[in-house]
Amino acid sequence: MSRIEAEVGKPQGGLMKWIDDRFPFTKTMEHHVTKYYASKNFNWWFVFGVLAMVVLVIQLVTGIFLTMNYKPAAAEAFASVEYIMRDVEWGWLIRYMHSTGASFFFIVVYLHMFRAMLYGSYKKPRELIWLIGMMIFFVLMAEGFAGYLLPWGQMSYWGAQVIISLFGAIPGVGDALVEIIRGDYSISDITLNRFFALHVIVLPLALIGLIFVHIVALHEVGSNNPDGIDIKKYKDENGKPLDGVAFHPYHTSKDLVGIIVFLMIFSAVVFFAPDMGGMFLEHANFEPANMTATPEHIAPVWYYTPYYAILRAVPDKLWGFILFALAVVLPVFLPWLDRCRVRSIRYRGWMYKTALSVFVVTFIMLGWLGLQAATPTYVLLARVFSVFYFAFFLLMPFYTAMDKTKPEPDRVVYHD
Amino acid sequence: MIKSTSIVSLLALSVCFFVPQALAAGGAVHLEPANLEQDNKASLRRGARNFMNYCSGCHSAKYVRYNTIGKHLDLSEEQLIDNLMFNAEKTFETIQTAMPASEAAVWYGTAPPDLSLMARARGADYVYNFLKGFYLSEGSPTGVDNLVLAGTSMPHVLWELQGYQTAHFEEHENDDGSVTRAFEGFEVFSAGSMDAEEYDEFVRDTVNFLAYIAEPVRSDRRKLGVWVLMFLIFFYVLAAQLKKAIWKDVK
Repeated sequence: MSRIEAEVGKPQGGLMKWIDDRFPFTKTMEHHVTKYYASKNFNWWFVFGVLAMVVLVIQLVTGIFLTMNYKPAAAEAFASVEYIMRDVEWGWLIRYMHSTGASFFFIVVYLHMFRAMLYGSYKKPRELIWLIGMMIFFVLMAEGFAGYLLPWGQMSYWGAQVIISLFGAIPGVGDALVEIIRGDYSISDITLNRFFALHVIVLPLALIGLIFVHIVALHEVGSNNPDGIDIKKYKDENGKPLDGVAFHPYHTSKDLVGIIVFLMIFSAVVFFAPDMGGMFLEHANFEPANMTATPEHIAPVWYYTPYYAILRAVPDKLWGFILFALAVVLPVFLPWLDRCRVRSIRYRGWMYKTALSVFVVTFIMLGWLGLQAATPTYVLLARVFSVFYFAFFLLMPFYTAMDKTKPEPDRVVYHD
Repeated sequence: MIKSTSIVSLLALSVCFFVPQALAAGGAVHLEPANLEQDNKASLRRGARNFMNYCSGCHSAKYVRYNTIGKHLDLSEEQLIDNLMFNAEKTFETIQTAMPASEAAVWYGTAPPDLSLMARARGADYVYNFLKGFYLSEGSPTGVDNLVLAGTSMPHVLWELQGYQTAHFEEHENDDGSVTRAFEGFEVFSAGSMDAEEYDEFVRDTVNFLAYIAEPVRSDRRKLGVWVLMFLIFFYVLAAQLKKAIWKDVK
């Protein structure tokens, strides 16, 4: 018998034991998967977190394959994308999955955030999850923006031109900041190169790190549910919440159904409408970037247009930028703006229900207006909806405090 | 309770679907629909012939390979070489134009654009109307202007086929004194070798080919898409059964 064996005893329990003695594998799996209990009454709003992970994987995998043939150079980028579309085996599928995935990432994340607003998921004790989530959203916006420059089409170029020049509105440091972002006096090969670096390394790393922390924080306090009540109040003799079921196999098997439905919609777009009528792939982006010809109508991709509409609604450049930035950042404060005693919309009064409905219409209308040419009527409409947008957040402390609530149930409502 | 959340969500989803629909409307010039038959290979082959005979003298399609066309339009290597490849040796070559771009820019004021993606960038309807939209215009260096792209530097290359037409505009004086010109219609000035219907078909075939080269994989992706969706439906049935079996004991 060797000295080490004398110390730790003869090997017993097989490979799993061997690993668990050296790495908390079983412990981690139990904590996050097989003994992570989430409410049994999740409705389909609760699938978007998992779907965001699915889209992330799609984007990472297709992105890696795209980099194998994409050339991050002003002279070659556009042609290399066409090379991928036409000459690389299955390149068209990889590219369409990536471009469609970008739009679906935002659709899924917007719905995921809306779920939090429906059921008060950002409220105590989940404020930090919400804050990390908002950081993920900001990184995602930057990621989408950097990625949109890479095909080096007309809309890539001029969209980036418009958005980067916004930073020039900041007094004092504006112009210097714009130069730092571009790395040049105009958007050029240098800009394309650094956006490539940001898009494939810096921002995805940040994204993955933040998502990891987002999930660790979630699993520390536990998932919310459609009733917005604590399921840990009633536990059985083993400490398992009576209204909770294990993430695996219960929620995984349920999520799988959701994932397949998602993939059906995703595939329908990829295979039958990859441009989505110019919403997912803008028509002007099939013309190579030309710095001497401005396209007739410049609009950012649809997922930024709600904020873009607010920017354009303000006649002053600096204030436009401030309100634009404020519109993006304001949701961060939701956990403290919302003073309602209950979490779920099921037990809230008419005020919050009305406010949230108006907000949904406002957000979609702003998104639509941001895609249109800035005619006087549309600018006026954008101003009205901008007021609604800010009112939803800034008046929230008042209407959520005044709102009459219904009594919450003791246990979650579950229909078989 | 369940009602309120579903109303909010239904509202959100329905607006999401209607907004893109509303977006499809708009545009300055009224475009006649091209009505392409994108899976009609005979039409595409005629379009390829038209393109090589009438367009490729000035316009390249530099992302498009001859053998790709051959594969999708069922043309053999010999057929490609004999009928389409006027200035190429090997079938894997891309469609280049013999006209040097720098000199073309001097001759026309702007180099003729590459047409690989034109139908995707501007839309098939746009190209269709552009090719039908040339009309006699005094003062223009080429003698013609275009209804869809005013001030175009492209001459009416297809005049032998279409002939020449004149455009009639109705002038309206607005309240503020400015004048708007509204297009009323074309009138034949001199007939070409084709009648109006034949010319429409000629342009439609050509645009069909341009739409095809803008995305050669279009028909393949649609065919594959059907299989992918069928697989997912099958997978859905299995997954739904699995979920039901696993959740049986949850009360």
